[in-house]
Amino acid sequence: MTDVAGLRARVKEFLAAHDHTSMDRRAFLGARFGAGLAWIHYPVGLGGFGAPRVLQPVVDDAFAEAGAPDNEPRRIGIGLGMAAPTILRHGTDDQRRRFLRPLWIGEELWCQLFSEPGAGSDLASLGTRAVRDGDTWVVDGQKVWTSQAHLARWGILVARTDPAVPKHAGITYFICDMTAPGVEVRPLRQLTGDAEFNEVFLTGVRLGDDLRLGDVGDGWRVARTTLMNERVAIGGGPLPREGGMIGALANTWRERADLRTPGLHDTVLRLWVAAEAARLTAQRLRQQLAAGQPGPEGSTAKLAFATLNQEISGVELELLGDEGLRHDDWSMRRESTVDFLGRTAAYRYLRAKGNSIEGGTSEVLRNIIAERVLGLPTEPRTDTELPWKDLPR
Amino acid sequence: MSVDLLYTEVEEELRTSVREMLADLSPPARVLGNVEGGEPDPKLWRSLAVEMGLVGLAVPERWGGAGAGWREVAVVCEELGRAVAPVPYLGSAVVATAVLLAVEEEQLLGELAGGVRTAALAVPFGTAPGATVVVDGGVRGVADALSADVLLVPAADGLYAVEATATDRTAVVSLDLTRPLCDIVPGDAPRRRLATGDRAAAAVAAGLTAGAALLASEQVGVAQWCLDSTVEYAKGRYQFGRPVGSFQALKHRLADVYVGVAQARAVARYAAGCLAAGDPDVPVAVALAQAHCGPVAVRAAEECVQMHGGIGFTWEHPAHLYLKRAKADAIGFGTAERHRAVLASLVDLPGAVT
Repeated sequence: MTDVAGLRARVKEFLAAHDHTSMDRRAFLGARFGAGLAWIHYPVGLGGFGAPRVLQPVVDDAFAEAGAPDNEPRRIGIGLGMAAPTILRHGTDDQRRRFLRPLWIGEELWCQLFSEPGAGSDLASLGTRAVRDGDTWVVDGQKVWTSQAHLARWGILVARTDPAVPKHAGITYFICDMTAPGVEVRPLRQLTGDAEFNEVFLTGVRLGDDLRLGDVGDGWRVARTTLMNERVAIGGGPLPREGGMIGALANTWRERADLRTPGLHDTVLRLWVAAEAARLTAQRLRQQLAAGQPGPEGSTAKLAFATLNQEISGVELELLGDEGLRHDDWSMRRESTVDFLGRTAAYRYLRAKGNSIEGGTSEVLRNIIAERVLGLPTEPRTDTELPWKDLPR
Repeated sequence: MSVDLLYTEVEEELRTSVREMLADLSPPARVLGNVEGGEPDPKLWRSLAVEMGLVGLAVPERWGGAGAGWREVAVVCEELGRAVAPVPYLGSAVVATAVLLAVEEEQLLGELAGGVRTAALAVPFGTAPGATVVVDGGVRGVADALSADVLLVPAADGLYAVEATATDRTAVVSLDLTRPLCDIVPGDAPRRRLATGDRAAAAVAAGLTAGAALLASEQVGVAQWCLDSTVEYAKGRYQFGRPVGSFQALKHRLADVYVGVAQARAVARYAAGCLAAGDPDVPVAVALAQAHCGPVAVRAAEECVQMHGGIGFTWEHPAHLYLKRAKADAIGFGTAERHRAVLASLVDLPGAVT
């Protein structure tokens, strides 16, 4: 039943019994979840039937070919990519039953309450406090760079429950009710003028102990599940040649002979080569994953694309010259997905500056490659032994 | 269907056997002694060509080869690069073989594939695919030709196979000690015409294209050794009371070298895969490979020398052999800049109108 033909037959059978053209969208997605055709590698009753994860595209393609509505995976990406695998791995049966279905069908949006003003690259130093009060926890602190917090029903939250032990040991993982009193979401305006992200202020927020994910003090281990899945998700889908930001630069170069200069010619060619090399590397990584041999190249993809996006967009602005100085709009837009190609070169240049900061700075990624892939020794550090409360800050 | 950028099980087995043979007969620390002797190591070549049969991988079985393909040849090139092995494999088993395959020169192919003789295309090492080369009188800076039995000479009236021993060959004091060049004056040496006109030109182009494509795999091997040996050194070398590899000033640069090598591997596999399959994207794949992999290998070798500190600047340590190979390879079959210029027309990114 878990070969390609069997899966396609299973989808066909489902579609015969559920007419997506007449059904309500959410009801259709709920039925798909109930039939185990949501994320097929999940257990029975939770949207899957324990099938191999690599076959998921077969199911998604079969639904797409039939013109059936999907669950807008980009819109609900934080839930799908980060919250769901963490709940599946570390949640109780009640938590899995409560949260996974509305997450997958897009009824409840999720956000990630991890970074803080004082804890960026060093997430484990976070200072948001959660103090136990009977069957509830009282949370106080501030989170930052939170996409979709203003739309989210739930947030995955890491908070400090024991300041007297070393930083990794005193963290507990919660599911935060974003509608609870004391949760205040403010837009965080970034240097593009937009506010894709938010600041979230948590003041005396009371969360039931049934919203704790994993054991008290075990939050760092739970968070690692989330973070590992974040890195898997960052790879993105396959791109055709010139499919990324290089396409905008190459097209401008082709269409605007009047802008071309000899000096920029070789620069454009260099970037074309670098972009194509990065694209083939990502393609090789996907082939490795599909063959069941995930390689360490994964950690390189984000680093390479961040650098490329920044260089390409910088050159594009220079190529455009005076025209590059004209921007479309500085008003505070609230889009939470990035449309690199739909806006001006200035926007691309500015937004790309975030690529080497978000989801792990390029400096941290280089440390990860050096230490986990190449096996180089860590820097000597003092922050892993001291109680969190005694750390310099 | 997209090109397979991974290695098959058979290719991994091939890699292991080549690596073991090289570790046994030509470890990097012994290469210098061998090349300083001035004579190619006959034992190494015999093992590679005759005992392991690696020179005939790209030649069909009906012509005496192993009937494998360029993907397998690429794996051998990677390992030879990793060992800076001083053997004429690229010149004979890749370039000359591709030329002879294009003109279906059965007898010579059989002799090359059987390890009986070696051949070299008599053009300067820096000749890019697509260049028009005519040897008139003499030719300078030819790779892998000093020990060749047969020279493939593109002349004005066609492509000739020339008995190498009857030509005048002068060894060049070469930047790359492990792939010495020579200047050649064919003179009146016995010759036989293999092809004329377009067929001759196409055969030369096929040889240069295969050489440029497979050189990328050699460059991956060179870069990989430089990265691996530098990482090992940085773990064990202590200064200021800690391994120098724990300093971010080195770690971050090594991470960047790693990214470069990972990309070069994907690009080189793409070039070898396209060549093996006769993919229409071969011209782009080869130009891309040579625009990308040369600079990666040079950077890896330069960082290798720098991060080894004093020992990396000595004659005794093999790092300089890799630096010289990397820099010579970056010029071989055309510089990265030449290949970017080729890409400009292939992918429609024309130059400024002046």
